[in-house]
Amino acid sequence: MTTSDHAMAQDVTSTFSLIRALGIVSAVCGVIIVGTYQLTLDAANANRRIATERAVFKVLPAAKSIEEYNALPGGGIAPAIKGDAPAGAVKFYAAYDADDKLVGIAAEGAAKGYADTVRVMFGYKPDCQCVVGFGVVSMRETPGIGDKIYTDKAFLANFEALELKLNADLSALANEVKVVKHGAKNQPWQIDAIAGATITSRAVGKGINDTAQHLLPKLYPNFEKLKTKS
Amino acid sequence: MINVPSNWQEFTEGLWERNPVFVMVLGMCPTLAVTVSAINSISMGLATTFVLAASCWLVSVLRHLIPKEVRIASYIAIIATFVTVVDYAIQAISLEMYEALGAYIQLIVANCLVLGRAEAHAAKTPPLGATLNAVGMGLGFTLGLTMIGGVREILGSGTLLGVSLFGPNFQPWVVMVLPPGGFFVMGGWLLLFAIWRKYRDKILSTPEKESVHGA
Repeated sequence: MTTSDHAMAQDVTSTFSLIRALGIVSAVCGVIIVGTYQLTLDAANANRRIATERAVFKVLPAAKSIEEYNALPGGGIAPAIKGDAPAGAVKFYAAYDADDKLVGIAAEGAAKGYADTVRVMFGYKPDCQCVVGFGVVSMRETPGIGDKIYTDKAFLANFEALELKLNADLSALANEVKVVKHGAKNQPWQIDAIAGATITSRAVGKGINDTAQHLLPKLYPNFEKLKTKS
Repeated sequence: MINVPSNWQEFTEGLWERNPVFVMVLGMCPTLAVTVSAINSISMGLATTFVLAASCWLVSVLRHLIPKEVRIASYIAIIATFVTVVDYAIQAISLEMYEALGAYIQLIVANCLVLGRAEAHAAKTPPLGATLNAVGMGLGFTLGLTMIGGVREILGSGTLLGVSLFGPNFQPWVVMVLPPGGFFVMGGWLLLFAIWRKYRDKILSTPEKESVHGA
């Protein structure tokens, strides 16, 4: 049997040897991939955690430690357990100072910019119901134009006290976060766009607005639970 | 044994004589896309070098086992495996690097340089020669990318490897770090090498005769 197989392989490759070749290649590849995944998993997770912490500490400089939570779709909040967020949940971070007192909440917002999705992190304080800090998580906007959202002082000043007040029945924001033309800001919930980078500025505003609309109605009634670190 | 190249020849083939970027002009997608800075170019080049060397080694080891009918499928599976390995490794090393290189890490799998070398060279060569050749090709690719990335970074951001070169009054030539800049710099280098080759032939052909006489 094996000799005849071998003899056949001289002229026409037998189906068996095709399957054998593909089987061996796939098996070798599979082992390599799984092995690398197992080896790098811890380091990659640690990197991700450090990156998140750094982003949260930037928007809430008084923070010393963070806890990850999910705002559940049906209302209420729950500590995030590794890897299984229920569908529709909004992730946020509760940041605490050295005495384990709540400093504020940090959450991520994302919206389509000029080139790609602009992802931002913002810090929120329940006392003033406003945004108090802002950082860019990732973006691929045009260098020299869209990337001014990192550095433009007038633009960053928008996020020192951007109002995110909820309406009377706590179902949505009382006033949507609006990005207005450069120099036209006259309300605390408006964001003054960067001249020449309106699309990127709008993406930032939309990212914050979308997350706030989903997150804050569920989060606000539960603030007492977050007051001290659990 | 006439046409069997030495290990050194295998290694140096891709470094300069048949440089993948400037001579073979292979793998242009990452060449033009990620070379906005020298550090991006170097990391992309080294990632590709690893994929190239590891895939060529495995292709060469398995070359008697893979029938020609399924060779492309096998090579792509092998290349995709090592691209995944690099992807995981970069996430473990630095998330910032991972963000900067973005989708281009995954796209190494479609870099025709890798499949081209596996098919044209590694499938016909014993593992040692195939790996050396692939490492040389990879380093040649890194060199080409870095030459483009360095120029783009100097002109487009006024820095090299993140170190400011011209002080705060430098007005960056922004187009250089945008996609068209890749084409400009690539074209510039190709032009320079074409001119150089033309004059090299002229210069080398005459003095060589003289030197023979002189010696």
